[in-house]
Amino acid sequence: MEPQLSWYLALSAVLFTIGVTGVIIKRNVIAMFMCIELMLNAVNLTFVAFASFFQDVIGQLFVFIVMTVAAAEAAVGLGIIIAIFRNRESLDVDEASILKL
Amino acid sequence: MENNLLSLIIFAPLAGAAINWFAGRRVRNERFVGVVACGAVAVSTLVAFYLAFKPDGALRSETPVFDHIWTWLQVGTFRADFALAMDRLSGTYALFVTFVGFLIHVFAVGYMRGEQGFYRFFAFLNLFMFSMLTLVLADNFVLMFVGWEGVGLCSYLLIGYYFDRREAGDAAKKAFITNRIGDWGFVLGIMLTFFVTGSVSFFANPAAGEATHTALSFFKTYPVEPFTAGAIVAGGATSIAVLLFIGAAGKSAQIPLYVWLPDAMAGPTPVSALIHAATMVTAGVYMIVRCSEIFGHAPAAMFIVAVIGAATAIFAATIGLAQNDIKKVLAYSTISQLGYMFLACGVGAFIAAIFHVITHAFFKALLFLGSGSVINGMHHEQDMRRMGGLKKYMPITFATMVTGWLAISGVPIFAGFFSKDEILWRTWSAPAFSLPSTAFSKLLWGVAAITAFLTAIYMTRMMVMTFWGEERFRDTHAHKQQEPDEHHGPVEPHESPWVMTVPLIVLAVLSTIGGFIGVPYALSAGKDINVIEHTLEPVVAKAGTTGSAAAETHATESTAPAETHTTHSSEEISAERALAGVSVLIALAGIGAGWYLFKRRPLLQMPRLLENKYYVDEIYDATLIHPIESVSREGFWKILDVGVIDGLLHSIGESVTEAGRLARYLQAGFVRGYAAIILLGALILIGLFAYLGFPNPTQ
Repeated sequence: MEPQLSWYLALSAVLFTIGVTGVIIKRNVIAMFMCIELMLNAVNLTFVAFASFFQDVIGQLFVFIVMTVAAAEAAVGLGIIIAIFRNRESLDVDEASILKL
Repeated sequence: MENNLLSLIIFAPLAGAAINWFAGRRVRNERFVGVVACGAVAVSTLVAFYLAFKPDGALRSETPVFDHIWTWLQVGTFRADFALAMDRLSGTYALFVTFVGFLIHVFAVGYMRGEQGFYRFFAFLNLFMFSMLTLVLADNFVLMFVGWEGVGLCSYLLIGYYFDRREAGDAAKKAFITNRIGDWGFVLGIMLTFFVTGSVSFFANPAAGEATHTALSFFKTYPVEPFTAGAIVAGGATSIAVLLFIGAAGKSAQIPLYVWLPDAMAGPTPVSALIHAATMVTAGVYMIVRCSEIFGHAPAAMFIVAVIGAATAIFAATIGLAQNDIKKVLAYSTISQLGYMFLACGVGAFIAAIFHVITHAFFKALLFLGSGSVINGMHHEQDMRRMGGLKKYMPITFATMVTGWLAISGVPIFAGFFSKDEILWRTWSAPAFSLPSTAFSKLLWGVAAITAFLTAIYMTRMMVMTFWGEERFRDTHAHKQQEPDEHHGPVEPHESPWVMTVPLIVLAVLSTIGGFIGVPYALSAGKDINVIEHTLEPVVAKAGTTGSAAAETHATESTAPAETHTTHSSEEISAERALAGVSVLIALAGIGAGWYLFKRRPLLQMPRLLENKYYVDEIYDATLIHPIESVSREGFWKILDVGVIDGLLHSIGESVTEAGRLARYLQAGFVRGYAAIILLGALILIGLFAYLGFPNPTQ
């Protein structure tokens, strides 16, 4: 059976929901970070699925842009995480609730 | 005729005030401050005399001397210039204001020696001269009002000069607020004048491009209004005149607005002499005489003026009988004499009123300065019960005050005799123009004559208590030791220095001979030497005669003022002579009665009712001030201010705070909370799109 567009979209929605849930319920900042990456990739999946469905290359180009931004974001985000960890020796985001280190 | 020197009269004292205020406070040198202040007024005096008496000066020509400085306000047909005009009336006023003012400035240099705020005092005093001269020389009602308010302000500042004393501050506020009531009437009067006449100017100054039609010339061709109560609210000349009189009553301390003047004695004595006796309080008389054209067409208003004046005269005289503070006696005496002036205005004797203003300025300034000299010599003791026998210690003060005493009592050849006699005679012979009947003029004359009698008594009492009798200041001084700043041992009165006695002597001379400018025809042995009347006649409306001759065409009346000269019929002359004899008798009887009553018993207890000033202050407190205070405190403050205004503001503030307190929970700082809010927002947006459908960009 040929894979349908709806299958891709359903998978993408599931992945995105997992990512959102993870961001909300996880306390560990690394785990939250991974969940954000998961959401980004769920969106990427929708892009390529639609690109293939409409035979339009623009969707695939968008995926590259998203991956580039995600890479930059990962670099910055990990840097921040390391800085917080060095200061607090903890990765619990609920403890980082004030606007200073 | 334009002459720019005129503005020097007002700006010289202003410059003096500015120099003393800005430089004098740093220099802190009494000689410097005194020279600047007296010099400034001396310049004014010299210029005023020059402009008045030079060959085509203000007192000699028919046209005023103008000085148009700039056009101040011009809105539509309304035009008010910053312009000065010196005609015969304002010239006369300017002469005695500057001259008496100069003498008082000199006196004050001696009196105020060693005071903390020496520069401040003289800056205010000069500012007062500026305001007073602006008032007098103003060419229109609006500028006159500027001067009017200026003298009120300076009066406030100078009454409150000893601002560390509570009663001085209270007296200053009382004076200011009471005057404000009068000013309300004055402002309404000016507005109504403009409404009726379309102008606020006094004189048409062709050089400044002013219209020939002025507020005063309008009334020359105005019909005499009926003598009815309805005319007062009809919005014509009578309404204007009544409103202006309210202003005059406030400034010149007439019933019911006189209460501020006795309290104003809390200021230094030269201030009492200059502002509250010689010049400022006569501004009301000046204003009425300036507007004599209006009053001359408003018999009902003149009747009010006459009755209020006579009532004030006798009312204040009775209070003056029973005062023990030397300055309070003089204050009530001033109110009483002002009442005379208003009585004169009310019966149409405007010139007699101005004459009395001038002689009163001389002898009342003299008496006040004399009392200042006594107070100074007694080391700031004002209670006459602790004086007595001072003539031995202060011979010059005593001698000068005797002339003032004789002048105010109305003893012949002294200045007060002529002016007071003129008023009495004019009242007696007043036509029925502004009075219900000629019998009423006899009644007013009776009131004025009794007042003259009382005046002689209380002035004699004051002189006796101060200068004759046993020396009461030694024994009573024991209990004054509680005041720590008494800088003297056993009190020993001393004569004042020459800067204080010389002005006294000059004023004493003027009080003696000053009356000869207005010797009436009946007393001058057939010669026509009434200088003041001839000087002022062209500029003052003759209310009584125009009233009876109202049917005459107004053209003849205005073109031929010289012909309407009162002819001196023989029975009139003999009546006037008889009446003059009566007033001499009244004066001598008053002095005799005073001498008999108080020479032996200077501490004679006077009726409590009089000593407590008929409880007028208490009545005002109970009927006006206390209700206003209660309504203000309970109504305006506690309900309106605290309840409504503050309540509204506070409830707005509190609701914002409350909303912020709720919104604060969103900003807890928990990252996952923010993530949940973002999710919620995204879900709401998606839900909206899903519900409403996506907009189609192609359509």
